[in-house]
Amino acid sequence: MSEPSAPCLLDATQMEAYLQRVSREIAAAFGHEENLVLVGIRSRGLPLAERLGTMLEANLGRPVPIGVLDITLYRDDLTEVAGSPIVRPTEIPFPLRERTVVLVDDVLFTGRTIRAGLDALLDHGRPKRVWLAVLVDRGGRELPVQADFVGLKLEVPMTQRVSVKVHEIDSVDGVFLEGRD
Amino acid sequence: MTNRYVFPHKDLLGIEPLSPQDITAILDQAKGFEEVCERPDIKIVPALRKRLVVNLFFENSTRTRNSFEIAEKRLSAEIINFDADTSSLSKGETLIDTALNLEAMHPDLIVMRHSAAGAHALLARHMKASIVNAGDGAHEHPTQALLDAYTLRERFGRLDGLKIAIVGDIRHSRVVRSNLWLLTKMGAKVTLVGPPTLLPMELKETWPDVDFSFELDPVLPHMDAIMMLRAQFERGTGQYIPGAGEYIRYYQLHAERMKRAKKDVAILHPGPMNRGFEITSEVADGPNSLILQQVTNGVPVRMAVLYLLVVRQGEHHPLT
Repeated sequence: MSEPSAPCLLDATQMEAYLQRVSREIAAAFGHEENLVLVGIRSRGLPLAERLGTMLEANLGRPVPIGVLDITLYRDDLTEVAGSPIVRPTEIPFPLRERTVVLVDDVLFTGRTIRAGLDALLDHGRPKRVWLAVLVDRGGRELPVQADFVGLKLEVPMTQRVSVKVHEIDSVDGVFLEGRD
Repeated sequence: MTNRYVFPHKDLLGIEPLSPQDITAILDQAKGFEEVCERPDIKIVPALRKRLVVNLFFENSTRTRNSFEIAEKRLSAEIINFDADTSSLSKGETLIDTALNLEAMHPDLIVMRHSAAGAHALLARHMKASIVNAGDGAHEHPTQALLDAYTLRERFGRLDGLKIAIVGDIRHSRVVRSNLWLLTKMGAKVTLVGPPTLLPMELKETWPDVDFSFELDPVLPHMDAIMMLRAQFERGTGQYIPGAGEYIRYYQLHAERMKRAKKDVAILHPGPMNRGFEITSEVADGPNSLILQQVTNGVPVRMAVLYLLVVRQGEHHPLT
């Protein structure tokens, strides 16, 4: 939970601007590819993927299909997490074969979520390539994972947590720095 | 992060100890696993990788065991099947000894069917592993009730306020007791229907809000769902009824009788069916029937139970 005093790294306007830049970079790299799809990682990767999709559609003049991955069952710390995480459906309503997939997540930290996301994605098919877009890369990697499209890059101490809020889930947009609970 | 719910039970011995929140958590969880089961390619997730599940069946039950085994395989569990026929039980080993021998092999989960109602609780007390009741005598069969509830919730979008008749051999059915716990906890209105000899009135003491009827016809028009039970001839149903003809006349669900029911009534049956006895093929295979959907739903519901129990184990025995 974010206390009201949590330092704000990006407000809603700045967050929108960073997402716009990420969408322009994706368009520059893959705009010519008809087979481009975005796949958001639950929970906050999905609304970010949807926003990037809208921006890309405006930019490219054609819709970009969106899917969503739930990676809970692929986590390497399933029995260590607090609570019983409810698995929600993965929805990839298109074949992945020969697709260029841009995985979308809110924060890149240890890299373990992305490792799980790749395993989950590849159980749904064999895409041509998978690239990674994140709103914030906060450093602190524990696996050799790097993002291809990054909004904001920071080095945040392990004692702190970068929290991305989206109005679809949190009723507010912004990126905040919090103490780790 | 927002979800701090923890499934609070080490074992699933029955529906009786579960709260409505626990039941809802299992049903919500199953929704996620339904997606896994419907994938075009790989219907397997690694959630129970390196976990040892023992299927311990002291009574035959091909379909329940197959459903559990498919659920375990879809979760990537390691599986041992332990059949009473081939085990030391036939050589006189006690249940406790069997349990202690199993415990020595450190299984994570035990799925057990046993004819004695207390067997599961006994095992649960002696073992660190989570015990899942896959049916015990005439007492409980929790995963069947959960998959029935899942099927009903999928069909109607809710359980609260649904009117459900359970029809047939109430006396010998463990499915009924689990369903009574579950449906009443979730706010459904249950009517039990059957001949006086198969309808034990003492159930009223535990479930005072449940209605009883010796006749199906007057009840039928008011019901959202009808759950037909199997006549359990192997458990002596035949000795409690004057004859097949009379049973069929009053309780069989056939096309003519269906005309009295709501147009969109849901028909359920836990299987295996005695076609032509408690239900005709026309109804069992007809548009109102959810019977095969129940079988399909059994797998994700059992995946949800196994998953919640294993994830919970980490709360108390964190891995290093």
